[in-house]
Amino acid sequence: MLNTSEVERHEAEAVNSAKVRQPLYAARKKIFPKRASGQFRRFKWLVMLVTLGIYYLTPWLRWDRGPHAPDQAVLIDLANRRFYFFFIEIWPQEFIFVAGLLVMAGVGLFLITSTVGRAWCGYTCPQTVWVDLFLVVERWVEGDRNARMKLDKADWSAGKIAKRVAKHAIWLVIAVATGGAWIFYFADAPGLLVDFARGEAAPVAYITVAILTATTYVFGGLMREQVCTYMCPWPRIQAAMLDENSLTVTYNDWRGEPRTRGAKKAAAAGQTVGDCVDCNACVAVCPMGIDIRDGQQLECITCALCIDACDAVMDKIGKERGLISYATLDEYNANMALATVGGTAPIDPRRVRDDSGGLSDKVRHFRLRQLFRPRTFVYFGMWALIGVVLLYALFSRDRLEVNVLHDRNPQFVTLADGSIRNGYTVKLLNMIPEPRVVFLSLDGLPGATMTANGIDQPEGRSMVIPVEPDRLRTLKIFVRQPQDLIDGTTQRFRFIAEDKASFESDAYTATFNAPEAR
Amino acid sequence: MSKDHIDEVSGVETTGHEWDGIRELNNPLPRWWVWTFYATIVWSIGYTIAYPAWPLISTATTGVLGYSSRQDVRTELNAAEAAKGDYVAAVASKDVAEVLADEQLRQFAVAAGSAAFKVNCVQCHGSGAQGSAGYPNLNDDEWLWGGSIEQIYQTIAHGIRFAGDDETRFSEMPAFDYLEGEQITDAANYVVSLSGGSADAAAAERGQTVYAENCAACHGDDGKGMADLGAPDLTDAIWLYGSTVADIASQMRAPKHGVMPGWGERLGDVTVKELAVYVHSLGGGE
Ligand code: SF4
Ligand code: SF4
Repeated sequence: MLNTSEVERHEAEAVNSAKVRQPLYAARKKIFPKRASGQFRRFKWLVMLVTLGIYYLTPWLRWDRGPHAPDQAVLIDLANRRFYFFFIEIWPQEFIFVAGLLVMAGVGLFLITSTVGRAWCGYTCPQTVWVDLFLVVERWVEGDRNARMKLDKADWSAGKIAKRVAKHAIWLVIAVATGGAWIFYFADAPGLLVDFARGEAAPVAYITVAILTATTYVFGGLMREQVCTYMCPWPRIQAAMLDENSLTVTYNDWRGEPRTRGAKKAAAAGQTVGDCVDCNACVAVCPMGIDIRDGQQLECITCALCIDACDAVMDKIGKERGLISYATLDEYNANMALATVGGTAPIDPRRVRDDSGGLSDKVRHFRLRQLFRPRTFVYFGMWALIGVVLLYALFSRDRLEVNVLHDRNPQFVTLADGSIRNGYTVKLLNMIPEPRVVFLSLDGLPGATMTANGIDQPEGRSMVIPVEPDRLRTLKIFVRQPQDLIDGTTQRFRFIAEDKASFESDAYTATFNAPEAR
Repeated sequence: MSKDHIDEVSGVETTGHEWDGIRELNNPLPRWWVWTFYATIVWSIGYTIAYPAWPLISTATTGVLGYSSRQDVRTELNAAEAAKGDYVAAVASKDVAEVLADEQLRQFAVAAGSAAFKVNCVQCHGSGAQGSAGYPNLNDDEWLWGGSIEQIYQTIAHGIRFAGDDETRFSEMPAFDYLEGEQITDAANYVVSLSGGSADAAAAERGQTVYAENCAACHGDDGKGMADLGAPDLTDAIWLYGSTVADIASQMRAPKHGVMPGWGERLGDVTVKELAVYVHSLGGGE
């Protein structure tokens, strides 16, 4: 039954296997992750395809906004201070929407981490995705783990140089494409591509591409796991989001230990034999170069590749999958107690097995209701609340606005006929990419009339002001009220801006100051 | 704590420091981190050679790149000056009414004029151009010497009663010290009544004749004044030296006169045009 002879054994040691006395500085230990295959690997290929696809292709999507606005679906127009996202256009003062999305992303990260651990790290983090992509190239050029290790040890030869040059060249191409894709979010992509190729794009475009090329190449090709372990703050923060009900990649030593090479012989000799055949497959595939059997650790990004590796081994030796699995601390502790009789005896995997050799009914498995607990409710509640508020704000926001600044110096002017005049700086915001005619009128302030510099319309209680598409128009407006109608030193009234075509309107309550009556 | 404390779980030596039972593992620093640190030091040395940095006795090293923040400012100012060039040329080549009529030039002139106003004019007219007793308010619609754009331009360029300019406009209200005290108060009462102020009706009645004989020549039979002579309108609500009977009587006995310097020579024609457009835009321009 136990057929361990066909399980390949790997020479692999965890990069963080500790010595008591350590040097002050340590060189990086090279990691040569072996190619994994299995359900998680397949899922990760899919995630990689989708995330890279989104990143590279988004700037090329078009979205028709009419003749007065760019037709790029996603565009951050820094020069004109506009952000376009499909049907949404955001002005700088509406940055609250972006801030809200960032807060949602943060809380969403908490929610995900508290349920399925560092899924962000393991699947979608750009660092992980690009390292994965760079590893694909590395394997394609230099071969899988053993070939790469051999090549690394080999003396320099024409063949080795050729392989290394090829690998780094392809990495650089990917790095340039990555840095290059970034700038297309900030300008019209097709136009910028032509300019960029001709050397006519703005210097900042070249500098941005150069910097992002360098970071992609260095982080994805050269530093890899060092970024996660030493540079990223998230591994430090995540511990606060995890609890005993969070799923993490776990080595189930309650069924794996004592790990035994040559299990058949050992079993025949009457020794306790765990499911782990100590083949090191899990260590060999780990992109972080660690041994999950040492327990949950800072370096583990929960990419789940060790699960795939071990599942393949378990299939081969005819054991249930899941020696390494997504498990919560809660179920792990219960099963551990089962295997050790509440911690009073060494692990004996026979205690978790029934008479037929299968896993016993007493073994606890993940239950769906572990997802629903106060922590996840609070995270989800916050996340959803912000989302709903943002959506409401988005669909009820003004696309026509009037803002008013009352002149303070002087507050009022007495005119020859004794009437009082106040000055206002009125800003009309036309936030749609269509020109419109704004009907500006006074509400309140009996008898008052207005004039505007640069607008040649008769003095009256209203005027008609054309505003260019997607622009703000600033007007200097003078409001005067006859002496006999003045009612106190401070009167309130409203400027009303209306678009008679779309029935949108906005109002601003302003004050009108007058001297004390003599 | 002894230096040799070994952490049980990881089997790694700790630093020996302890905070509330929490100890720090003495794991090695990655070597690239150390090299990065050295690299920043090398960079900073290069930086201090390339840019101004090292203090000397009374100055500092200038750096081999010859960078200076003053030069930066100068470049930016020159660029700003150059960017204004077209507008300034257009203002220079057009007369002031044309500048006012052109929306773009008007906006430019208002901005430039506002800046010039804050340097040259606020001392008398106030930062909001609201004036004070003896210094006219430029926001209102009463103009001693006329409120059309050309008249404002002329006033700014050549001044009023300004000895330094031959083209300055000059007129002085005579002192009516030959009139009897009674006659002066009567006339003052009449003038106050013209603008609807509180006056003694009988005195005003008597003062009408005094006014017609002495004042109407400049201020007009109806009291509406005459901008060409700088004679103010006496029927409105705006009073440079006060609106009471006493204020007006005092102005008849011993008139005060303001002097406005001519700015044409000092500021140049373009700035004067800009100032004129700015003042015109304050709301009272005719
Ligand atoms: S846990 Fe699985 S993959 Fe890792 S050494 Fe044991 S049997 Fe091999
Ligand atoms: S231990 Fe397993 S899950 Fe963690 S990083 Fe390594 S392969 Fe991925």
